[in-house]
Amino acid sequence: MKIIVNAEPRDVSATDLKTALHELGFVCSAVATALNGTFVARGKREEVQLSEGDRLEVLAPMQGG
Amino acid sequence: MKVYGTEIASRLLLGTAQYPSPAVLAEAVHSSGTEIITVSLRRETADGSGAGFWESLRETGCRILPNTAGCHSVQEAVTTARMARELFGTPWIKLEVIGHSDTLQPDVFGLVEAARVLSAEGFQVFPYTTDDLVVGEKLLEAGCEVLMPWGAPIGSGQGLRNPDALRAMRAHFPDVPLIVDAGIGRPSDAAQAMELGMDAVLLNTAVAKAGDPAGMASAMALAVEAGRAGYEADPMERRDMAVPSTPVLGLAEFA
Repeated sequence: MKIIVNAEPRDVSATDLKTALHELGFVCSAVATALNGTFVARGKREEVQLSEGDRLEVLAPMQGG
Repeated sequence: MKVYGTEIASRLLLGTAQYPSPAVLAEAVHSSGTEIITVSLRRETADGSGAGFWESLRETGCRILPNTAGCHSVQEAVTTARMARELFGTPWIKLEVIGHSDTLQPDVFGLVEAARVLSAEGFQVFPYTTDDLVVGEKLLEAGCEVLMPWGAPIGSGQGLRNPDALRAMRAHFPDVPLIVDAGIGRPSDAAQAMELGMDAVLLNTAVAKAGDPAGMASAMALAVEAGRAGYEADPMERRDMAVPSTPVLGLAEFA
């Protein structure tokens, strides 16, 4: 299915968020996720099912002021 | 200074953005003597570039104050704060809800609303706000225990645009930690903020964009310390006219 990951269209075969992250190559634990604008806690990723066209944000620590 | 029950010795908070290299950043953090550094969240690439930065942050030994920079709505700021709490493992959040992209002026209405939502969820909110007293009161009502008024627009280095307003904040909120966030350009600006009775100064660009960031970090630390010591020593009142400092009594008459 096609989803939008950090504004880029991507194809994933996984149906849950945890597996999809792995499939997309986000293997590092230092990321936080939001699906369609809503925060998804690390422990909830396995329960969250993805749907066609979902917008996923995967964020990491970055320099800031 | 005590914020949210945490005793902080250094009154200088430092941002981590715009340094020429990670090594220069580390050097500046060290020279500043800061105990609190601000960080952000941005889109991760699949190569895991964020992890290296996170590791270097941990090596500084500083407390992490994540921000919601770039958020223009309550929903964006709240979501970012929740993500930051998980990622950095801290309830602290430097809450920014930006009203204008050119002035980066806080949207104080959204700020108060977001502060209320986050405080209710157990966050310890450091709100980036204006120097407006009523907004300050609303933020305290919303659960904030610290206020971070701007000195001038973010990254402008203009110094304190409205020192009188900051003085009024100090008088109006005698027991609330006040941290000037944004607008500091030079050590004298930082010293001025501290002389006004601000509890601390948060700056980034002034150090990161200096020719010698580590040197400027150390200059800022000295300025903050000097300004604070000056405030505590209770400066004299300003006078309109000259008053001789040398005694007039016993002055010789030669005419």
